[in-house]
Amino acid sequence: MTEPILSIRGLTKRFGGLVAVNDVSWDVYPGEVVALLGDNGAGKSTLIKCVSGVHPADEGEIFFEGRPSHFLRPIDARRQGIETIYQDLALANNLDVGANIFLGREMKNSHLGGLVKTLNDARMLEESQSALASLEIHFPSLTQPIESLSGGQRQAVAIARAVYWDAKLMIMDEPTNNLGVPEQKKVLDLIRRLRDQGVPVILITHILPDVFAVSDRLMVMHRGRKVTEKIPSQTSTEELVQYMVGARDDTSVGNVRENSLGPSADPS
Amino acid sequence: MANRASETKAATVTADPYPAQTPAQRFVLVLSRVWAWVFLALLIIIFVIAVPISSGGSVNFVTLRNSQNILVAIIPVLLLGLGQTFVIIGAGIDLSVGWVMSFASVLSALAIRAAFNSGVPLFFSAVAGLLAAVAGASIVGLFNGVIIAKLKVPAFIVTLGSSFIVRGIALLMSENTTVIGLPRGIRSYGNDSLMYFIRGEGGGLYFITRPEVSGEMLRRTDGILPYPVLLTAFVVAIAVFVLHKTQFGRHTFAIGGGLEAALRTGIPVPRHIIKLYVLSASTAGIAGFLSTLRFTAGSAVIGDPLLLSSIAAVIIGGVSLFGGAGTVMGTVIGALIIAVLTTGLVMLNVAAFWQFIVVGAVVIIAVLIDQSRDLIVGHYKSEQPP
Repeated sequence: MTEPILSIRGLTKRFGGLVAVNDVSWDVYPGEVVALLGDNGAGKSTLIKCVSGVHPADEGEIFFEGRPSHFLRPIDARRQGIETIYQDLALANNLDVGANIFLGREMKNSHLGGLVKTLNDARMLEESQSALASLEIHFPSLTQPIESLSGGQRQAVAIARAVYWDAKLMIMDEPTNNLGVPEQKKVLDLIRRLRDQGVPVILITHILPDVFAVSDRLMVMHRGRKVTEKIPSQTSTEELVQYMVGARDDTSVGNVRENSLGPSADPS
Repeated sequence: MANRASETKAATVTADPYPAQTPAQRFVLVLSRVWAWVFLALLIIIFVIAVPISSGGSVNFVTLRNSQNILVAIIPVLLLGLGQTFVIIGAGIDLSVGWVMSFASVLSALAIRAAFNSGVPLFFSAVAGLLAAVAGASIVGLFNGVIIAKLKVPAFIVTLGSSFIVRGIALLMSENTTVIGLPRGIRSYGNDSLMYFIRGEGGGLYFITRPEVSGEMLRRTDGILPYPVLLTAFVVAIAVFVLHKTQFGRHTFAIGGGLEAALRTGIPVPRHIIKLYVLSASTAGIAGFLSTLRFTAGSAVIGDPLLLSSIAAVIIGGVSLFGGAGTVMGTVIGALIIAVLTTGLVMLNVAAFWQFIVVGAVVIIAVLIDQSRDLIVGHYKSEQPP
């Protein structure tokens, strides 16, 4: 079996007395879309923020591409190729598509022996066009400001930016929230296309139809713990809802008995 | 797995075309881009017609001398406005530029006097004055920027506070009086022109050196392109280049229009904000230096009344007070509108105080036009949630 690109081992994160993430272990493999499910407050976002360098973990380890990773800041995770696409997309609404894809990493022309550097907007536009085309995204004009684009189009720009900059793992936080139905479908298609290009995607959502539509595997969290891992074709909406609300729990039903036999039994 | 390929092929995120706009909406969109130019043209046309009528045909608005007077008049407002343009596009505000200009005027006068009196040639004394003005102003800008960017104190408060501090320092340094005793040659740096034109009999075009004429002939002599105008034009050209052609300009727009995006894409935001306030103070420093040259004296009160005019010029020029939008040329037009208005009203013998009423109205109209444009653009947003 191939090595996981992301491997989480025994990760725990506390905020004061609250255990937001409790001893979670999880693997993500290259070329798969994995869904991370759970109700509000289940710990999905906290888990992801530990992976993307927003929060340091209190316990446990994260391996990215086989190496233990200690991201102190989000930018460290991005430099390693972990791209997180939040709901606000982190686009500058007043700038155009090309400027956004290259934001912070602009292409420049040198003049007077490197003394003066100007933006190479033509080249950035060209590169943006091909980055979007590789994802089969087509806009009539790339020079209009982001604010004139629809929600789905903005999502597409954010994804294209991540892909252009060689994302090795894409984390998407509720990407279809706030989108109309046709746009939701387009974003899901984009996620499939990313997977087909070999970029693994972690999809954080509580929209179950999305999970069945695109994910290869899924994990459900409840109150900070991983309660199950499933393959979508071997489960159902009803069953997942039971896991999400805590009515079912693979770890407590099966493992309590197993654990009681082991040396590290937890009396509680 | 088999049907995935066909699904993928069908899925293409294409842009919905712009929702159809009504003619009225299209009109507002176009108007928001060109109204300042149109307004400036209208003002000039009005004065061209009205000035000769009110003076009984003896005075014209469009003359060589008047055009040069207007160019000289916009210099301080424009220079203060240039730095302010960058700061406001970056979603900040710099209320200290007026007093920084005064401070720089005093500093440069003291530096020029000290340098010249200790034997430094005139030209290099002037250079010392420029360096002192810009360096002194930059220190204030650095102070503003560090407290705003690193200590997260609102720009409004920081620059309000620093303007009082700088005011006090400028008055202390000048001992509450005009700094005089500058070498006489400074006057020509501040007032001489690249070319001279003498109208009528025995006249002609002269370059560089002021023709030695007197009496009636002197009244027929006009300077073309005074040196301070040339220096200001040079600063404008640099500002256009930096704001619209460089990474620095791009990041300024990004910080003003998408702070989260700027932070997440690794733009060094605090450092950039500090640079913006240093830049703003520097252009105020140049303004102070030029006023010292113009009046051959340093004044600790010269800049204060110009602050609000410069902000007005920036806003008339279409810079959004919320950040993220604007152009350097817009600010130039804004400053021109104020200068043309002031000059024209004076020539019409209208009480000069009317200029305040008109400028005030224009500022409010400018923002109204901007907002109606945003309403139309925002129309897309409300239809398609973000």
